[in-house]
Amino acid sequence: MTVHDLTLHELHERLRARELSAVELAEALFDRIEATDGAIGAYLAVCREQGMEEARRADERLAAGDASSKLLGIPVAFKDVLLTEGLPTTCASKILQGFTPPYDGTAVRRLREAGAVVLGKTNMDEFAMGSSTENSGYAVTRNPWNLGHVPGGSSGGSAAAVAAGQCVAALGTDTGGSIRQPASFCGIVGLKPTYGRVSRYGVVAYASSLDQVGPMTRDVTDCALVLQAIAGHDPADSTSVDVPVPDYGAALTGDVKGLKIGVPKEYFAAGLQPEVEQAVREGIAELEKAGAVVTEVSLPRNDYAVAAYYVIAAAEASSNLARYDGMRYGPRAQAGDLTSTYMKSRAQGFGHEVKRRIMLGTYVLSAGYYDAYYLKAQRVRALLKQDMESVLTDCDAIVAPTCPTTAFKLEEMIHDPLQMYLSDILTISVNLAGLPALSVPCGFDRTGLPIGMQIIGKHFDEATLLQVGYAYEQTTDWHTRRPVLQL
Amino acid sequence: MATLARLDLTPDEQERLTGQLDRILDYMDKLNELDTENVEPMSHAVNVVNVLRPDRAVNQPRTEDLLRNAPARDDDFLSVPKIIE
Repeated sequence: MTVHDLTLHELHERLRARELSAVELAEALFDRIEATDGAIGAYLAVCREQGMEEARRADERLAAGDASSKLLGIPVAFKDVLLTEGLPTTCASKILQGFTPPYDGTAVRRLREAGAVVLGKTNMDEFAMGSSTENSGYAVTRNPWNLGHVPGGSSGGSAAAVAAGQCVAALGTDTGGSIRQPASFCGIVGLKPTYGRVSRYGVVAYASSLDQVGPMTRDVTDCALVLQAIAGHDPADSTSVDVPVPDYGAALTGDVKGLKIGVPKEYFAAGLQPEVEQAVREGIAELEKAGAVVTEVSLPRNDYAVAAYYVIAAAEASSNLARYDGMRYGPRAQAGDLTSTYMKSRAQGFGHEVKRRIMLGTYVLSAGYYDAYYLKAQRVRALLKQDMESVLTDCDAIVAPTCPTTAFKLEEMIHDPLQMYLSDILTISVNLAGLPALSVPCGFDRTGLPIGMQIIGKHFDEATLLQVGYAYEQTTDWHTRRPVLQL
Repeated sequence: MATLARLDLTPDEQERLTGQLDRILDYMDKLNELDTENVEPMSHAVNVVNVLRPDRAVNQPRTEDLLRNAPARDDDFLSVPKIIE
């Protein structure tokens, strides 16, 4: 295996033993990006000069025997929604073209402090709105397993980069499935932490009551390492919760004996690709063989999650995106008076999906419709949370498919927005309830596209998800498969 | 609605969006199938508490870093269209 195929924990061992230097590793990955990203399109910005400088500093620390961090010298990438000081951040939107943040987001700062080497910023659906990365204002990202298919979204660039060996680990954000769905489509591990577990400071806001930052990695051990580095209370984010962060490595026991796992029957309903159902059922059988107690459970109102989510997310988005007015940053249209300048700057800067959600959000928040749509959706949200919590009172975790299908073709869904929204049916309730959920690779369809298994847990109980995911990995080798790029 | 959202949509965009939003809102009506008579609306995933801190500036002034992103500037100020007639 070449270095770009190795996991974070394997690379850490090599760096620590000085069999490999951080400079050699960074060099290899920048070369890999150069050789492959013309075909994949995962990156919006690559920062070779700065990254090599960070690698040299990591080597100095390693040479001095610094063992404080397992991320020291590890090359990472950030979804372009995360603010990076001195490095352009666009959210894949024309309205932020040329924007360079004056500070790092907290998750970014924590990884930098841990000694990670930043390779660049990854492509995404504009403002994280989408499920295919096709809504990017700049580039098309392709699935490394089949270049004719989407990588998923909205963190599609991060998922494709990890899968294609263009970085060791990446950060994404998940508002309605945007870490788990692309992780599933690209055959990697993705974790959406509990709302409040990871700071949102320095994350460009889409839907503030749902957004959460999380790791995208090659295996569960790597996921635990990255989560350890970014989790924890941050005074700069009033919604980050001050609860202790456990040692996630301690959860990787390989043992799930006696653990209660609920399998929601509604998540296996019509519309599920048969190969997805089969792979996930086999995954559940592996967990049962390992000693987990599996029972069928019911989430009877999950069918209403998509409608509730798109009302709430669009409402929050229309409010959050009001700040893009061409006054303080981004391009300004020349249009005479103030209101026309706002309207033209926004019309030119935002893409189709963003405009659609701003319009939808403006509508559901407007006088006369507020109660019928926005308040109604918030009440339904409370019911969906109740359903989840009631199942999780009797179970330690819920296991289900991450997505109803494997990666769809480029252009297959983009012209039918409602159909695209409906594809989020299995990931959205988790965000509405603020729960943590992990997606792990659990097989392939007959065309060779990856399938993901989702593990949902109690608030702030990421440790159990990692425990289940890790135990599952010990019984299979799906997480060791790497795509052969058709360059 | 587009004016309220401060979006200068082309006639073509208006027509397409009207059709799409009609379809999406029809789908949203599904929410009315659920009885939510005695359910409190939920606006946050976790209980939110007021977070207070001493009223003390902690950020360093970063005038140049901030103004570098401005589409138009006048010395150390943002330059914007006239806002009061």
